[in-house]
Amino acid sequence: MNRPAVKAPADETPAVRTETLEGPGGHAGDAAPAHALKVVTTKHPGRWAAAAVVGVLLAMAASALITNPAWDWDVVGEYLFAPSVLHAVLFTLQLTALGIGIGFLLGTVLAIMRLSRNPLLSSVAWGYVALFRSIPLILQLLFWYNLALLYQRISFGVPFGPSFFDIGTMDLISPVTAAVLGLGLHQAAYCSEIVRAGLLSVDPGQREAAAALGIPWRRQLFKIVLPQAMRSIVPTAGNEIIGLVKGTSVVYIMALPELFYQIQVIYSRNGRVIALLLVATVWYLLITSVLSVAQYYVERHYAKGRK
Amino acid sequence: MSTAMVDLRDVHKSFGSLEVLRGVDLRVARGEVTVILGPSGSGKSTLLRTVNHLEKVDSGSVRVDGELVGYRQSGDKLYELREREILRQRTRIGFVFQSFNLFPHLTALENVVEAPVSAQRRPKEEVRELALRLLDRVGLSEKKDAYPRQLSGGQQQRVAIARALALEPKVILFDEPTSALDPELVGEVLDVVKDLARSGTTMIVVTHEIGFAREVADTVVFMDDGRVVEQGPPSQVLDSPRHERTRAFLSKVL
Ligand SMILES: Nc1ncnc2c1ncn2[C@@H]1O[C@H](COP(=O)(O)OP(=O)(O)O)[C@@H](O)[C@H]1O
Ligand SMILES: [Mg+2]
Repeated sequence: MNRPAVKAPADETPAVRTETLEGPGGHAGDAAPAHALKVVTTKHPGRWAAAAVVGVLLAMAASALITNPAWDWDVVGEYLFAPSVLHAVLFTLQLTALGIGIGFLLGTVLAIMRLSRNPLLSSVAWGYVALFRSIPLILQLLFWYNLALLYQRISFGVPFGPSFFDIGTMDLISPVTAAVLGLGLHQAAYCSEIVRAGLLSVDPGQREAAAALGIPWRRQLFKIVLPQAMRSIVPTAGNEIIGLVKGTSVVYIMALPELFYQIQVIYSRNGRVIALLLVATVWYLLITSVLSVAQYYVERHYAKGRK
Repeated sequence: MSTAMVDLRDVHKSFGSLEVLRGVDLRVARGEVTVILGPSGSGKSTLLRTVNHLEKVDSGSVRVDGELVGYRQSGDKLYELREREILRQRTRIGFVFQSFNLFPHLTALENVVEAPVSAQRRPKEEVRELALRLLDRVGLSEKKDAYPRQLSGGQQQRVAIARALALEPKVILFDEPTSALDPELVGEVLDVVKDLARSGTTMIVVTHEIGFAREVADTVVFMDDGRVVEQGPPSQVLDSPRHERTRAFLSKVL
C-alpha cells in the first residue's frame, strides 16, 4: 500500500518496447546506436473503455442519489451534527478505543504467553482464544450484562479462602462496563492471533542475534522483534479496528446510546428512516476514512529500512 | 591449561536421537585464531553455539576465560544459570552469523550501538563514538546511516562484525561468515577478520576458506561426525593430514 507504483500486475506485458525490435536485423546495434533509440510506450485502449464505463455508472449513481427526494438530504443535513448524534458518535469512538485498547493489550500478552515455552501459559492462552472466538459477541455481551444473575457479589482474594475486596456485581458492572468488557475480551482473542502471526513472521535469526548480543529479554521483544512484526500486524489491525467501529453497533441490544442505537431512537420518533440511516452511514464512512489515512502513515513508519 | 580463553571438555549434545556432538575437547589460547573445518552436518555450528550457550550441552563443560558458560558449579552438580546471567555472559562472547542477522529496522550505526547500551548499560554518547570508530575500522563510516537493505552482503557482514566488536568481547565466534556472500565480496570480509587476527583478538572461525585458514590460523581443527578428528598448526593439518577423513575432505574443498 505504501509503494503502489512499484509493482505492475503480473499478467501485464512489458509496457516498454523499442522500435528497433520490429526491424529485420534483430540486433538493436544494427539499426542505430543505443542512445539514439526512442522508447514508445504501449497504448491501452481497453483501459480507456473500462474507465469510460465506470465513469458513466458513477454519474448514474450520483444522479440517483441526488434527484430522488426520498433520500431526504435536507433531513440528513439537519441531523448530521445534532447534539444527540454527536454524543452517539463520541460514545462509539470511546467504545472502539477501549475495545481495541483492551484487545491489543490483552492480545499481546496472550500472544506472548502462547509462544512461551511454559506449557501452562501457552495452553491457557490457547484455551482463551478458542473459547472467546467460539462465542458470538452478542451472547458474550448479554452474559456480562447479566453477570449479576450468576454472581451477586464479586470478591478478590485467595481462591476458596478469605477475600480482600468485595463488591456488588451490579455496582461494578454497569451496562457500559459490560459493553467494554465484552468488546475488549472478544477482541483480545482476535488481536492475540494477529500479534502472534506478526511475531512468527519475524525471522528467528533476529531473536537469536539479539540473544547472542546479550540484549535483555524484554528489549529483544519490544525493540527488535515487535517493530518488525508491526509490518504484518498493522494492516490486519487496521481491518480489526475498522471492523470494531461498526461492530460496536451490537451493543444496541443493551440500549446503550452509541451511534446505531441513537439513530434508531430518532427515526422511531420522526419516521425519517432513510435519512437517519444515511446520517449513520456518513459518520461510519468518515470515521473509517480517517482511520484508513492514519493506517497509511503508521504503515509507512514501520516500513523504515525496507524501501 | 587454565590460561585457555575457551576451554571445552567432553561436550556432548543430541537433538532427539541424533547425537551431534560426541565428546568434543577444544582449547583456544588467548589471542589465538582457531579455524574449524569439516563437512556439512559435522556439528561445527552446534559446537560454536554451545560456546555462547545458544545451545545447551547435555554433558561436559564449556568455559570462557575460566568461567563456566551457562552453569554454576556446586559440588559435583551443575546448575543452569538464570536468563539474565546467561545474557551477561554472552555480552563477552561475540558471535557473527552466516546470514548476518542485522536488525533491518535499525541503521548500521544503531545496530552497533544497541547492545552496548541496552545490555551493558554504557553511556550512549560514549558508545556512539566507539561505534563510529568501529564502523571506520571495517571501512564503513560513510554507511553509518544506511539500513541493512541498502548495503551489500559484504558490507552487512562487516557491520555485523563491528556490532560484535562493540561489546569488547573476550572471544569472537564466526560461523561461516562468508558462505552467504557472492564470491567477489568474500575478500573484503576476510580482510576485516585478518585485521582482527593481527590485533590479537581471540577467535574461532568456522569456514571453508582453506587459503584463509592457512594464512591466519594458529590452529586448524578438523571435525567430522560430531568429533574432533585432528588438530594442529595449519601446515600440519592442511599439508600433511594424518587421518584419511581429513585427506578426503581437503581433496574435495581444495
Ligand atoms: N536445532 C536443531 N534441531 C535438530 N537438529 C539439528 C538442529 N541443529 C542442527 N541439527 C542437526 O545437527 C547436525 C549438525 O548440524 P550443524 O552443527 O549445523 O553442522 P555444520 O555446521 O557442521 O554443518 C545436522 O545433522 C543438523 O541437521
Ligand atoms: Mg553450520
